[in-house]
Amino acid sequence: MQDLENLENITIQTRRDILRMVHKVNSGHPGGSLGCAEFLVTLFNTVMKRNEGFKMDGLNEDLFFLSNGHISPVFYSVLARCGYFEIDELNTFRLINSRLQGHPTTHEGLPGVRIASGSLGQGLSVAIGASLTKKLNNDSNLIYCLMGDGELQEGQNWEAIMYAAAKNIDNIIATIDLNGQQIDGSTDDVINLGNIRAKFESFGWKVVEITNGNNISEIQYGLKQAKDNTFKGKPVCVLLKTVMGNGVDFMMHTHEWHGKAPNDEQLEIALKQNPETLGDY
Amino acid sequence: MKNYTFTEKKDTRSGFGDGLTELGLKNENIVALCADLTGSLKMNDFKKNHPERFYQIGIAEANMMGIAAGLTIGGKIPFTGTFANFSTGRVYDQIRQSIAYSGKNVKICASHAGITLGEDGATHQILEDIGMMKMLPGMTVINTCDYNQTKAATIAIADHMGPVYLRFGRPKVPVFTDADQKFIIGKGVKMTEGDDVTIIATGHLVWEALEASKVLFDQGISAEVINIHSIKPLDSEIILKSVHKTKCVVSAEEHNYMGGLGESVSRLLSLNNPTPQEFVATQDTFGESGTPAQLMEKYGLNAEKIIEKAKLVISRK
Repeated sequence: MQDLENLENITIQTRRDILRMVHKVNSGHPGGSLGCAEFLVTLFNTVMKRNEGFKMDGLNEDLFFLSNGHISPVFYSVLARCGYFEIDELNTFRLINSRLQGHPTTHEGLPGVRIASGSLGQGLSVAIGASLTKKLNNDSNLIYCLMGDGELQEGQNWEAIMYAAAKNIDNIIATIDLNGQQIDGSTDDVINLGNIRAKFESFGWKVVEITNGNNISEIQYGLKQAKDNTFKGKPVCVLLKTVMGNGVDFMMHTHEWHGKAPNDEQLEIALKQNPETLGDY
Repeated sequence: MKNYTFTEKKDTRSGFGDGLTELGLKNENIVALCADLTGSLKMNDFKKNHPERFYQIGIAEANMMGIAAGLTIGGKIPFTGTFANFSTGRVYDQIRQSIAYSGKNVKICASHAGITLGEDGATHQILEDIGMMKMLPGMTVINTCDYNQTKAATIAIADHMGPVYLRFGRPKVPVFTDADQKFIIGKGVKMTEGDDVTIIATGHLVWEALEASKVLFDQGISAEVINIHSIKPLDSEIILKSVHKTKCVVSAEEHNYMGGLGESVSRLLSLNNPTPQEFVATQDTFGESGTPAQLMEKYGLNAEKIIEKAKLVISRK
């Protein structure tokens, strides 16, 4: 178990990784990546049971599926700093011949990735399939899935949400990153998602809310609640309220940085706000 | 000339169902998913034998493809079952990203393919699926011709690591291939020897090609009929060898001429041995309601059309 200070240091370093990765190739998605940094750092370092090394089948360990694949920078940073591959490989993000494609994929064999994502709305179905296999294998470890809130506009999610509850898939924890933003503006403006909690509950899910999804202690508490509610006949949803662009003042509270890289000057300011902790890649 | 006969007619979908039943009994990693068409796909026996390995997904094909992809993680071999239309066009992006690009070992089993679905009409018929599926990198595409071959194919694809599209149909058609045949993915089957024209057929059109070859034989034309159950990978050797001898070819399929077997054959020939070719296929059109026989006749997918095209292509040599 890692202490809070250590997790915060990893988070700051992850922010630096995200910013430097997208800056280098002048593309990628920093906003949602920064918003989910605390969550993924906490999940991978203190919550998930993970085996040494990487095997696609993931027997006898918890598995994670990223549905909103555009936040690949945070995913890659967390995977690298958890030892799935060398942190130097972060240098290759979005470059030709890289395993770190713009959106995550199994195609080049990057350890830690179990499904391609990017075309939205597919991750929860895949995660449910993995949950079913865990049950068939009498493997009592858990399946985690992270999705965006705008992504809930994809209809396939609601097929999956309906299925998981109807079939009592209770070894899954699906987290929704509620940052309220999507490419064209706020989710309220684009397609108002309404009361997401009520929607999940009416479909038959147990819902846990993390009101400050950028606070590691709250994330730890919320995920513990979520885990405590697994194997009780219902799928578990975590509503994770985050701030897009968190940790870089000029990127926060706007959709502007959804898919835009900082320039040299902006990078310098952003990195100053997040001083190096574990060493840059 | 080898003469094919049959003693019974059976639907190819029953070959799938019986193959799946056999697989289920011998391999506990086989799991099956269905989107509210269990009876139509003949998956009832598998469901009865292994309720814990059968997943009723409901009318939600996109979710079914995703769940199938996820089930492979941990060693299961999922077989999805629904109509060909709902197995392909409806869920193309799910197959593309979660199955093909992700390299998942999913067997997409598609019944009611082509126009012989019949009375339900064009919303349920699909004549574009071979094209869509063969274009996906890494996807194996199989279209079987009768009950026995469909059963053998169903069993064989379980041993193939990687995504497979298995296409079969609804109507009862002659059973004319061997019950104990060895099904080899990517290997065509020479049905008759001939010197004048090669007829390369797949699916329900294989029987029509054999019927055509009998008529042609009586008229002094010897046709070499090749049964291509694997459209991808395509057996280039058997095709090139035959065409080298006959110097002309008719392709026959229950599919649009665009994107189907015929185009794969054309590419092979244009690269290796440019040869006159005629296409028995639908002509860039949707289907419509009718009996399978009426539709096969109206859309030019029967023995008569194969005979006509064979004579035409011979005249072009």
